[in-house]
Amino acid sequence: MEELDVEPAITNIPAASDGKHLGFAWGPGDILAYETLYMAPGCSFIHEVRKDEDIYSPILRKLFNESHHIFVGLQTIREDLPSKNKKTQFVSISKNYRSVIRACMEELQQVLQKWPRNMEIRYVSILLAIELIWNLCEVLFIDAAPAGPLLLHLLDWVRLHKGDVDEKAREVLQSESPAEHHDYWDVPGGTQTLTEFDVKWRHWHEEVDRCLQDNSFASNQHLEIICKILVGDEDTLLEHKELLSTWYHFLVTRLLFCHPTVKPTELHYYAQSCMTMFLDLRSVPEPLDSILLAAFEFDIHQVIKDCSIALNNWWFVAHLTDLLDHCKLLQSHNLHFGSNLREFLLLEYASGLFTHHSLWQLAVDYFDNCPEFGHVYLELQIERVPLDTERKALKVLRICEQRQMSEQVRSICKIMAMRALRNNRLGSALSWSIRAKDAAFATLISERFLQDYCARGTFSDLDLIDNLGPAMLLSDRLTFLVKYREFHKLYEENRFSEAAKLLLSLITAKIAPRSFWMTLLTDALPLLEQKEVSHSAHCPYLLLYHLTCLVYGFIVFCYGSSCKVDQLLTSLIKESVCRFAGLGPEGLGTPKV
Amino acid sequence: MCRTDRVPTAGILWLALVVIMFVARSIAADHKDLIHDVSYDFHGRRMATCSSDQSVKVWDRSENGEWHCTASWKTHSGSVWRVTWAHPEFGQVLASCSFDRTAAVWEEIVGESNDKQRGLSHWIKRTTLVDSRTSVTDVKFAPKHMGLMLTTCSADGVVRIYEAPDVMNLSQWSLQHEISCKLSCSCISWNPSSSRAHPPMFAVGSDDSNVTYGGKVQIYEYNENTRKYAKAETLMTVTDAVHDIAFAPNLGRSFHVLAIATKDVRIFKLVPMRSDRKESTSTGPTKLEVQIVAQFDNHNSQVWRVSWNITSTLLASSGDDGCVRLWKANYMDNWKCTGILKGDGSPLTSSSGQPTAMSTIVGSSVQTSQNALNGMSAGR
Repeated sequence: MEELDVEPAITNIPAASDGKHLGFAWGPGDILAYETLYMAPGCSFIHEVRKDEDIYSPILRKLFNESHHIFVGLQTIREDLPSKNKKTQFVSISKNYRSVIRACMEELQQVLQKWPRNMEIRYVSILLAIELIWNLCEVLFIDAAPAGPLLLHLLDWVRLHKGDVDEKAREVLQSESPAEHHDYWDVPGGTQTLTEFDVKWRHWHEEVDRCLQDNSFASNQHLEIICKILVGDEDTLLEHKELLSTWYHFLVTRLLFCHPTVKPTELHYYAQSCMTMFLDLRSVPEPLDSILLAAFEFDIHQVIKDCSIALNNWWFVAHLTDLLDHCKLLQSHNLHFGSNLREFLLLEYASGLFTHHSLWQLAVDYFDNCPEFGHVYLELQIERVPLDTERKALKVLRICEQRQMSEQVRSICKIMAMRALRNNRLGSALSWSIRAKDAAFATLISERFLQDYCARGTFSDLDLIDNLGPAMLLSDRLTFLVKYREFHKLYEENRFSEAAKLLLSLITAKIAPRSFWMTLLTDALPLLEQKEVSHSAHCPYLLLYHLTCLVYGFIVFCYGSSCKVDQLLTSLIKESVCRFAGLGPEGLGTPKV
Repeated sequence: MCRTDRVPTAGILWLALVVIMFVARSIAADHKDLIHDVSYDFHGRRMATCSSDQSVKVWDRSENGEWHCTASWKTHSGSVWRVTWAHPEFGQVLASCSFDRTAAVWEEIVGESNDKQRGLSHWIKRTTLVDSRTSVTDVKFAPKHMGLMLTTCSADGVVRIYEAPDVMNLSQWSLQHEISCKLSCSCISWNPSSSRAHPPMFAVGSDDSNVTYGGKVQIYEYNENTRKYAKAETLMTVTDAVHDIAFAPNLGRSFHVLAIATKDVRIFKLVPMRSDRKESTSTGPTKLEVQIVAQFDNHNSQVWRVSWNITSTLLASSGDDGCVRLWKANYMDNWKCTGILKGDGSPLTSSSGQPTAMSTIVGSSVQTSQNALNGMSAGR
C-alpha cells in the first residue's frame, strides 16, 4: 500500500525574526508557550501557541457530549447476543451518531444565518463530509446490504446528501414518463425475489432500448433524452453533469439504470470507472473522493487512514473505528504500544478532551474502555486537572476513588491540604489530610491547632473536630486534639466527673505532647475543687496520683533523673496516696509517666 | 531520515495526524535581557521565566486565559539559566540556577490582603546552594515519590543531589550525593517512572565539544544496597555536545525512552536486561540495552531543547534554525515531524491571537469538498 507523504504544517510566529532561537515549554493539553530570543532590552515576547482545538467550539460541544452518551451505550452491548440482533443494534447506533452530526450541522447553519462571518463556518464542510462518509460506511460495512437492497440504500444515501439538487433532477426525470417510473419503483425485497426483479427489469430495459433504436421517440427530443438516461446511457448522463454534481451521484444513477442488482463486491469496479469518467478534467482526486472510493472498495483501513489525515479531527475516526471494531470488521494489529488501532484513536481523542475545563469528564469513560493503556493515560492526565475549587477537587477525587487510583487520591488531597495550610485554613487542611490518610501531616496540623489554642484560649473549626469520629485515630496528636476539645466541652457543660475521667485518661494514655503537660495540670486543678469530683469515690485520689506522676515526669524531663531518685520518688508517691485513699498498692496500677 | 526499529506489518503504514497550531496570545515578558527558560507549573496555571537580567518572574493565568505577572525579583548575581517548579504537594516552590555558581530555592509567602487584591505575591529565598565552583547549568527536582530532592549540574562536571528532610522547613537541605561526571555538564533529566520495578535513574548530558571523548550522555541509577548512584550506561554513539535531554513519561512500559538535543534530535530506547544475580547480592546497576529509535536532522543545525508532552505522544525540539519542531509516532511507532513553529520576522501587531492563516493541505481540500457537496460547478 502506498503511503501518502504529508508535509508538516507550518505555523508562523510574529515578532521573532528568522535565524533567532525559539524556546518552548509544554503546557497541559499541548499548549506550548515559548519565548523568542530578542536582543533589544525590555521587548521580549512569550507566545502562547495552541493546537487548533475543536473542543473550544461551543457548537461542537454538544456533539462531544451526545456522542459520548452513545459511545458508553455501545460499550455495554453484550457479546453473547445473536449476531442478527447485534447487527440491528449496531445499525441503530450508527444512525444515532449520524443524527447527532446532523443536529450539530443544523444548529451550525442557524448560527451562521445570524452571524455569517463566524469562525465556526469551517465546521460546515467538515461535518458534511463526516456525515457523508459515515453514512456510506454504515450502508456498506455495518448494514452490509446484499445485492438488491444495496442499491436502495445507496439511493437513499445520495438523495440525503443531494438535497434540492436532487429535487430538481427528480422533477425532470419524473415529469415526462410517470408510467415507467411507477413500475420502476416497485423494488425488490418486498414482494419479489432478486431474480424475479432482475428478469422483469431486463425485459423493461430491452424494451426501452429497442424503442430508442427504432427512433420511436425521435419526435420528442426531451422524451428521448429521458429514455436514454433511463437506460443508463453514459454519454447522455455525462451531458447532464450539472444535475449530478458529483461522481458518486453519477455512480448511483448509473447503477440504478444499468445495474440495479449490483453486488457489493462489484461496486468498486463501477466506482472507479464512474469517478474517472466524471472527473475528466481533474488529474488527482480530492481527499474526499479517495475516501469514498476506498469505501466502495471495502478497504476499511484505508478509509480510516485517509479520514485521519484529511479531517484533522480525531472525533470522527475514533468513534467510527470503535463502532466498526464492535462489528468485528477490523483486523487487530497488536502493538507493544497503543495496543490496537481502536485504542490508539480513542486514546488520542480522549487526551484531546482532557485539556477542556469541563469536557475532561467525558474523557474518563473513553479511557475506561481502553483496556491496555486507558488506565495509565488516565492516571497521567487526571492529576494535571487544575484544582481550582474544592468542588472540582472533589469531582476529580470521586473519579479516582471509584477506580482505586489510591496514589492520585493521596496526591490530590495532599495538594489541597498544603494549599489550605498555606492560607491558614486549618480546618480545611485537616480534613484534606485525613482524606489523604497522611498521618504526618495530620499531626502537624493538630499541633498548629493546639498552638492556636494556647495562644488564643479557644479552638477554631469546632464543627470539624467534634465530628471526626474514627478518623481521629489517624494520628496520636489528632486523637489528643479531639479528646482534649471534648474535655473542654464536658467542662463547659458542667459535667465535671466525666471531664475528670477524660482528663485522667488523656494523661495516662501518654498521647499528650510534652508542651501540653503544664496546660493539662492547669486544667486539672479547678476540677479537683469541684464538689462533684471531690466527692466521687476514688477519682480525686487517682487524679491526684496521676497528676503527681505527671509533675514528677515533668521535673525529670526538665532536670534529668537517676535510677535511685526514680525508685524512691515512685514508692513514696504510691505509699502516700494509698494510705490516703485506703487502698492497697495494687489498686493504683503502675504510674505512667 | 528517520529510522525505526519496528518492521511494519503488511498493509498498514499509518501516518500521524498533522498538528495544526495557531498563536493564541502573545505576552510582553518585560525582561531586560535574553530569556533562557520558561517553565509551567504542574497544573499549567502558573509560569516562571528567568533571564540574563538576573531576575525571575512568576505569571498567573486568570480564568479568561490572560497572563499576569504576579512577582518579579532579582534572584542571582549572574544570568539565570533555568527555573523549575516543585510538585504542588510541597507547596509553591521554585528553584533557579545561575552563572553565579549558585542554585537557589524560593517559596511563595501568602501575602497581605492588599497584595492579593493587587494581584501580587511574594517569594522569599529559603536556601542558596553554593557547593559548585563553576556555573550551575541545570536544576531539576527529582520525582516526588523520592521526597523533596533537588539536583544540580555544573560546568565543572559535578552533579549534586540535595534533600530537604523536613518538607515543612525549606531552609534545611543536605547534600546527599556528589557525582563527578568527568565532562562539563549541561543538562539533567530524571526518569519520571515511580514504578517499583525501576530504581531512581537520571541522565546527564555534556556540552563538551571535543568529539574524541565518546559518550556525551551518562545514565546513573540508584542502588538500594550501596545507597549510592552508580553509572549504568554511557551512550557512546553520542559524541557531539549535548544541550538538552529528556526522559519520556513512562506509561507502564518496561523500557525507558530518552530524547537528546545534540547536533540532531535523537530518541533512544533503554531496555533493562534481567540479571541472573539475585537482588540482594546485586551491587551494580541494571544492565541497559541501548537502541536508537529515531534520529532527525531536519533542524540542520544544533538542537538546543527537547521536551515531551504529558503523555509522551509528542516530542518538541528547537534548534539553531530558529524553528520548533513537533514529532509524533504513529500507531506503528514510526516517528514523523507533524508541525513546525517558525519565526517569520514580522512585528507583533495585536496582543491577542485569532486562528489566522493556517496553510495546510487539510484546509484547502475540505473547502473544495464543500464546494462539491453544495453542487457548485466551479472548476468541474
